[in-house]
Amino acid sequence: MAIREYQNIFTQVQVQGTPEWGMDDNGRMMRERIGRPRFSSLVGWFGNAQIGPIYLGWTGVVSLTTGILWLNIIGLNMLAQVGWDIPEFIRQFFWLALEPPSPKYGLSMPPLDDGGWYIIASFFLLVSVMTWWLRTYLLAAEHKMGKHVAWAFLAAIWLFLVLGLFRPILMGSWSEAVPYGIFPHLDWTTAFSIRYGNLYYNPFHALSIVFLYGSVLLFCMHGGTILAVTRYGGDRELEQIVDRGTATERAALFWRWTMGFNATMEGIHRWALWFAILTPITGGIGILLTGTVVDNWFIWAQEHNFAPIYDGAFGYEDYTTYEAFIGREN
Amino acid sequence: MLSKWFDEWNRKNPTDIFGPAILVGAIGAAVLVAILLVTWGQPFATSSMQTGPRGTGMEVVEFNSDLDRPDPTIAGYYTEEVYLPQGNEPLARDIYQNVQVLGDLTEDNFNRVMNAITQWVSPEEGCAYCHGDADIEDYGNDDLYTKVVSRRMIEMTQAINEEWSGHVNAVKEVGVNCYTCHRGENVPSDIWFKVGTVNEAAAGWSAIQNRVTPISHSTSLPSDALETYLLEENQIVVHDLESRVAGGPASETDLLPSIQDTERTYSLMNYFSNSLGVNCLFCHNSRAFYSAAGEVTPQWSTASLGILMVQELNNGYLVPLKDTYPEERLGPVFADAPKVACRTCHKGYQQPLQGTNMIADWPELARTEAPVYDQ
Repeated sequence: MAIREYQNIFTQVQVQGTPEWGMDDNGRMMRERIGRPRFSSLVGWFGNAQIGPIYLGWTGVVSLTTGILWLNIIGLNMLAQVGWDIPEFIRQFFWLALEPPSPKYGLSMPPLDDGGWYIIASFFLLVSVMTWWLRTYLLAAEHKMGKHVAWAFLAAIWLFLVLGLFRPILMGSWSEAVPYGIFPHLDWTTAFSIRYGNLYYNPFHALSIVFLYGSVLLFCMHGGTILAVTRYGGDRELEQIVDRGTATERAALFWRWTMGFNATMEGIHRWALWFAILTPITGGIGILLTGTVVDNWFIWAQEHNFAPIYDGAFGYEDYTTYEAFIGREN
Repeated sequence: MLSKWFDEWNRKNPTDIFGPAILVGAIGAAVLVAILLVTWGQPFATSSMQTGPRGTGMEVVEFNSDLDRPDPTIAGYYTEEVYLPQGNEPLARDIYQNVQVLGDLTEDNFNRVMNAITQWVSPEEGCAYCHGDADIEDYGNDDLYTKVVSRRMIEMTQAINEEWSGHVNAVKEVGVNCYTCHRGENVPSDIWFKVGTVNEAAAGWSAIQNRVTPISHSTSLPSDALETYLLEENQIVVHDLESRVAGGPASETDLLPSIQDTERTYSLMNYFSNSLGVNCLFCHNSRAFYSAAGEVTPQWSTASLGILMVQELNNGYLVPLKDTYPEERLGPVFADAPKVACRTCHKGYQQPLQGTNMIADWPELARTEAPVYDQ
């Protein structure tokens, strides 16, 4: 069959052999690396076939502990809501939630059964996420890497903090925060948009969508381009930044002839990083302005000639009658 | 099996037959599907009802197969034309005992209405459902709760047709009679009761939502929307009508609607949609669900009247009957009286019984005063 290696959806090159443990310059660095490394051919289809070891460290311990506490507080609250009935818990799982407090409590500590557990769980989540961020920063430093991943993660954390911390404080009520639940957080999203007069007219929401969809497009263009020139060594992207080979030449020609412009082996990664980072940064600005600065985005958009105002011609004469619709006209 | 020379030739001339085969197969299948669609037509054809200004995409879409099938309860509707009074006939209140409503009817018409109510509400139990096993002379007794309730329901029906004509006759004369809700059943379908808190170990905002309940139509939206808006008559608020408004959801001085109010309203609107078999766009231009510029349709105005009507029916007629009902007719949680809302009449259709005129033959039920026979 003519399924060629570069057309496969799975990774085609797997390395399995003696596990790679990482450096141990002073003989004491292995203590914080947990787990015996092993190989999995299945995992090798998607990435590196070697699993582990994991560096835990104090940030890992704190982050995982508080994260597990957050998750279990939610789960136990859901279980309590269904009267500790496991089958009912499974049946209602997508509906259940740990909700923020009722609006009347403002920024005070509410009773445990009306949002108190939500505040406690959110505190643990805050600690968990921030120590996990610190972990990405410190590990990058250990590896003498740039801190790009940490800063990109911080962009996502910005949106997370706007939703759960900054905006509720500015609004004066924890009830503005997002519930922890599958369907309920979607209900919140819809209600949030409708409450503030349709979030689609929020220009920062629009920007965030542009960067989100742009990220998807760039990701596909870049992945597709590199896979397409892998046969010429195009997957050696970093070398090709400074030592441009035929793979880079062909990829560049392809895009320049297609649309008049091409990124470079270096530039495409800056495009991707900035598009991804700007998605939550612009989104977070949009959320932060909602209800604090602007209370109805649709009317705001009309005031700024961004959404049209009807001239009063509602065209009632074109409406279909119900009788015509159901075919019961006399 | 094949000749030797062919096998040999075949080996020497390797050819990719999968590519062309897949291509020809795909194109052939596409052509076949296109031919079937053109000749036999779209198997899941739909029709759209335009509900708003051109270019806004406001429309309600239904499968043609559903539109072709009329509401099955229309066929079971019993009706009978009036007996035009000749004048000077004795009236029901003079002939029978204890006639508090419908007393202005002639005997023929009174019995015509009584018969119809039996057909609409208790076709199996017959007269005995309200009058018991008593002899006909004792039909004036108010021994059974069903008779007391049905008297109040007749008053309610007359009030709906007279005072809420703007809703029930909004597009054309449709009106309501007993069958609009009952459809041949003692207790109408799609009545509702208060459910209160649906979650254990929770209070406030956490307690009244996020569970599969019939009253939330199996969504995770709040289950207390009907009682909050259609019983307690709280103001339905979704968003502000200015781009910038002072205050907030927890403000002492300038209390504004919260996300929670919007979510509860969403639950109510979801109930509306399912009750009428329509989508949001039947009433709203979804770019602004409620706009100060008046971007509302005539349907929105009709529905707004309906909200007020349901509030009055619940608080003026149905809730006060609580002590009249036996225990088994009361709600499972709060032992509250059964209540109505959109679906009790509409039952999934834009107009109950798809717009069948329910008062054409029943002027007795169309107004609170003595009937006017103008045929």
